[in-house]
Amino acid sequence: MVKKIRKHLRTIVQICVAALTNGYAAGFAKGNIYKGASKMVCVPGLNCYSCPGALGSCPIGSFQAVITSRDHAFSFYVVGFLILFGALLGRFVCGWLCPFGLVQDLLHKIPFPKKWKKLPGDRVLRWLKYVILVGFVLVLPLTVLDVVGQGQPWFCKYICPSGTLFGGIPLITANPALQSALSWLFTWKFALLLVLLLLSVVVYRPFCRYLCPLGAIYSVFNPVALYRYTVDHDSCTACGACQKVCPMDIPVHQTPNSLECIRCGKCRDACPHAAIHTATALQRKKNR
Amino acid sequence: MSFLRRNAAALLLLLVAVSFLVIGVYREETELVFRKAIQICMECIGLG
Repeated sequence: MVKKIRKHLRTIVQICVAALTNGYAAGFAKGNIYKGASKMVCVPGLNCYSCPGALGSCPIGSFQAVITSRDHAFSFYVVGFLILFGALLGRFVCGWLCPFGLVQDLLHKIPFPKKWKKLPGDRVLRWLKYVILVGFVLVLPLTVLDVVGQGQPWFCKYICPSGTLFGGIPLITANPALQSALSWLFTWKFALLLVLLLLSVVVYRPFCRYLCPLGAIYSVFNPVALYRYTVDHDSCTACGACQKVCPMDIPVHQTPNSLECIRCGKCRDACPHAAIHTATALQRKKNR
Repeated sequence: MSFLRRNAAALLLLLVAVSFLVIGVYREETELVFRKAIQICMECIGLG
């Protein structure tokens, strides 16, 4: 029983976190959203605040909301949250705490004749999420203004599949008034969501790898976060078992804190020499 | 190497994070976030 729980621990945590941060069940029934005070607080993952169940706020959406207001061009509050989560956890958030990451993980479990480790052009495509972060989350919302001088949340409006899946589809389904407002934009976002969901069956986490601006932000914290990996080079033989099992195809023995690592822990379980540790665990081992 | 030295970067960042959060609360950015979060975000759900 304990072994089974250990084997599925990450999925269990992902489901619990998704349920906890989207626990307003009445929202799904009524076709509305939660309006309580906890919505002032950002959750770590890409969790649209227009999800009927959402009890907190999406950091990317919140950031765009502040910088597109007429009051501030920068959000200390949201950036503070991002640095807090990043410095503590890095992309552990992606691997364990993000609801859209959970969806992609579950879809990837669906059997398919040939799974791909990565898309063609992976090396270049990986940088696209940084382009989306700078372009769609920062520059466009700040520079493309309407007649009253306000910007739009470009990433949320034109790209975010989490908003479409967790917010758009449940709200539009339950709320006839919203159905009358459907247009080409929803068609575009739905098509993008569908492509990503289908791709998730074939390639592991395509959105996280190539498009997610939140993953882009947390990635830069991977080398320095309190939760990070180290390799015990006294034990490591560079056998490559870690890379073989890594769903993000990272040579962990060379780059244990790769920007692409979502801390799923498969490398640590697979290493035949128990050479991959969290930074604190290795120090404790050496101190003994 | 002590915990503080090994994790100096992370601890410094945490200090920055807390400072930013305090500045953000002082600037009443929480109100902006809250006001946006309690209305259905038409852009986010694909209705423009």
